[in-house]
Amino acid sequence: MSELTHLDELEAEAIYIIREVAAECEKPVMLYSIGKDSSVMLHLALKAFYPEKPPFPFLHVNTTWKFREMIEFRDNIAKKLGIEMLEYINQDGVKQGINPFDHGSAYTDIMKTQALKQALNKYGFTAAFGGGRRDEEKSRAKERIFSFRNSAHAWDPKNQRPEMWKLYNTKINKGESIRVFPISNWTEKDIWQYIKREKIDIVPLYFAAPRPVVVRDGNIIMVDDERFPLREGETPEIKSVRFRTLGCYPLTGGVESTATTLDEIIDETLSAVSSERTSRVIDNEAAGSMERRKREGYF
Amino acid sequence: MKGLLKFITCGSVDDGKSTLIGHILYDSKLLYTDQEKALELDSKVGSRSGKIDYSLLLDGLMAEREQGITIDVAYRYFTTDRRSFIVADTPGHEEYTRNMAVGASFADLSVILVDASQGVLVQTRRHARISKLMGIRYFVFAVNKMDLVGYSKERFAEILKQINELASELSLHSVYVIPLSATEGDNVTVKSKNIDWYEGKALLDYLETVDIDDSQKEEGFYLPVQRVCRPDRTFRGFQGQIEAGTIRVGDTITTLPSNEKASVKSILFTDKNVDEAHVGEPVTISLDREVDVSRGCVLIKDANIASYKKIKASLLWMDDEPLSLGKDFLVKLGTKTIPGTLTKIDYAIDVNTGTHQATESLSKNGIAVVEIVFAEAIVADRFENHKTLGELILIDRVTHATSACGVVEGLFEKQVANSEKAAFVQGERHGRGEIFEEFFYDTATLSVVKQQPVKQHYTVGDEIPTVGESYHYPDDFDIIILRDSIAVKIRGKHIAEITTAEEYRYGNVPVINGRGFEIKVHSDADVKLLLSEYAAAGLSGREDFFRKWASFDTYRKVVLH
Repeated sequence: MSELTHLDELEAEAIYIIREVAAECEKPVMLYSIGKDSSVMLHLALKAFYPEKPPFPFLHVNTTWKFREMIEFRDNIAKKLGIEMLEYINQDGVKQGINPFDHGSAYTDIMKTQALKQALNKYGFTAAFGGGRRDEEKSRAKERIFSFRNSAHAWDPKNQRPEMWKLYNTKINKGESIRVFPISNWTEKDIWQYIKREKIDIVPLYFAAPRPVVVRDGNIIMVDDERFPLREGETPEIKSVRFRTLGCYPLTGGVESTATTLDEIIDETLSAVSSERTSRVIDNEAAGSMERRKREGYF
Repeated sequence: MKGLLKFITCGSVDDGKSTLIGHILYDSKLLYTDQEKALELDSKVGSRSGKIDYSLLLDGLMAEREQGITIDVAYRYFTTDRRSFIVADTPGHEEYTRNMAVGASFADLSVILVDASQGVLVQTRRHARISKLMGIRYFVFAVNKMDLVGYSKERFAEILKQINELASELSLHSVYVIPLSATEGDNVTVKSKNIDWYEGKALLDYLETVDIDDSQKEEGFYLPVQRVCRPDRTFRGFQGQIEAGTIRVGDTITTLPSNEKASVKSILFTDKNVDEAHVGEPVTISLDREVDVSRGCVLIKDANIASYKKIKASLLWMDDEPLSLGKDFLVKLGTKTIPGTLTKIDYAIDVNTGTHQATESLSKNGIAVVEIVFAEAIVADRFENHKTLGELILIDRVTHATSACGVVEGLFEKQVANSEKAAFVQGERHGRGEIFEEFFYDTATLSVVKQQPVKQHYTVGDEIPTVGESYHYPDDFDIIILRDSIAVKIRGKHIAEITTAEEYRYGNVPVINGRGFEIKVHSDADVKLLLSEYAAAGLSGREDFFRKWASFDTYRKVVLH
């Protein structure tokens, strides 16, 4: 009899969790950020319910500052798979002209955290799947797979509900909701190996290509559209870069690379000397910044 | 040997758990440079300045850093040349015992730290006991801070004796004891020259090579059903994870609790058709005939598993509110969630001495053996026989907190199998009595549940209950039990006749099926058509068949419960 591989075991755990939520929670949704972790989550959801389609919609919270290739990819994949893809944009933020250049952390709060809360409230979702992994960051390493939020969507890290074996307690009171992280126990390496094994489509930005970039405060930032305000002395130059994580283009640092295949990416990942979150400009803040945001309702 | 080892570190406060794991990660160069940089920076800024404080790697919450303690489990992932690891670093404070138990429920192996200057403490004993309770069979006792006792062989021998006593008291399956120093790095990733009298392995070496054998294989095949997959009318599959054994297309399985036999028609391993599937795999199984199976039911093969109304369990109480006898809970066991009542506390267990104490209540972090009675019989087994059907949690019905977790130790009041549950009997003729089932909408689980009445046999001349909470039949009517090919005539609430379905003649009274749904027939010709269409419909055409012939709400309704 064949023994389950490490990846099989992670896949089985994730599928079990996704099925539990579909069976027990009143109104689930799967958050879809277009990144590689979301691509893996979407793939797992398709496998979990086959031959049925996933019995819940997907939700993309759009800050309006995503890479153009991401939005294109999102629309194509939703059409190809025939899944329900919702998009939510905080229109108040758009009207106020909130942007990552002038508003710093207020931008993240308004266009991501507040937008997410508004979207969940609008549709009345009681459980939202997210692609968070425990190897990403210290406070995530402490978070349960089923993570509870009060009616203000706040996380209470000091009083998390015990989670024993596979017996997930999905009961909530009115107004409360759950964030569910089926790939909590996956590492970045597992994600890449799974993408390769399952031949999962990912946004081309993960592969190295010549792209127009500027180097700003030590980060390689892509000039993805004409909204990018160049500072004095800055001129975009073409470099072969790729991205280890994808988010809002002005806040996502690329790495110089020539990796154009999955094998090359996996090789680079295995020999990497910095963890993937360093490429997110937003995380290079004081220790505990992720935890603080999560307590305020960030995913 | 398993490629992935899941283990926890536990033990009393300040025994050095986080430091130990931090040291393994740091020594093995398993950290990214930015994490190393952050660690060095945090050490300088933090109050425990001076040397690198490895525990800062794991104590990731702000409150933990402020107080210098571990509050909740931290999960870390690392890979060496020989193995992949997931380690759960658990808190040592008694206050956070439940978080330690969360880590233990997930692990194959427990590394229990013992401070060489302190020896085995109450908390050491508590953590060993909880690790065992949650199902861990492999133990490493890491006798830490050997540097503080001058690497004394004699001191180690004293502690080894205490550990051996504890191990035999708890009947631990596998025990390995290592003298080490987490801060100095002795016997952590490499063998220490300071402890040359120790002949065993360094900790990491042991973890890389320990063989977690599955010799305790569980009997037979079982799959607790998570959900029913119905993409269209032609397909009906039961989705869940195989918890033991192997299943092949063509195998005969038994459904529980309905106790029906059916043959496996197809198996999907995620999205691929396969001929056989194995333990640990997520599958979708479809059967060759209609069976009464929904979420919470269990498919079995060659496994001695049944349904019970009452169980005995060892519980770890985790709620701030003490346990009180007679309280109603929601019990989650396998994939089933149902109401249950805690009717008796046999005894509480003193975590330090292991002695049994009579008690009427149990406070947070206490362990006790209790009896739980379920609202209806559920599929369960002893933890040591079929692990997944022996694990349970108690959910508070008001706060929804997970108040306790536990494992099944004893089983009572076995449910009578369905096949023996014939309600209408005359000679060789048996017809099932599902017309007496109650349909409840359970507000706690947000699902419709069916409750079987107490088993009762009726034969010609008997009066039957025509009114229940969720059904109301007329005084005169006929029942055609299609699955059993039996017809029953009721006149003036009494059974007038029991015949085969073929012998049945329309009697100008309302007709219902075996589940109590109205059947729209008005003549013998209708009955004949009904029977032939039932036979022709098969599984896939059943929905159309019922849509044409049956009506649920003529005599039935679903009541709130």
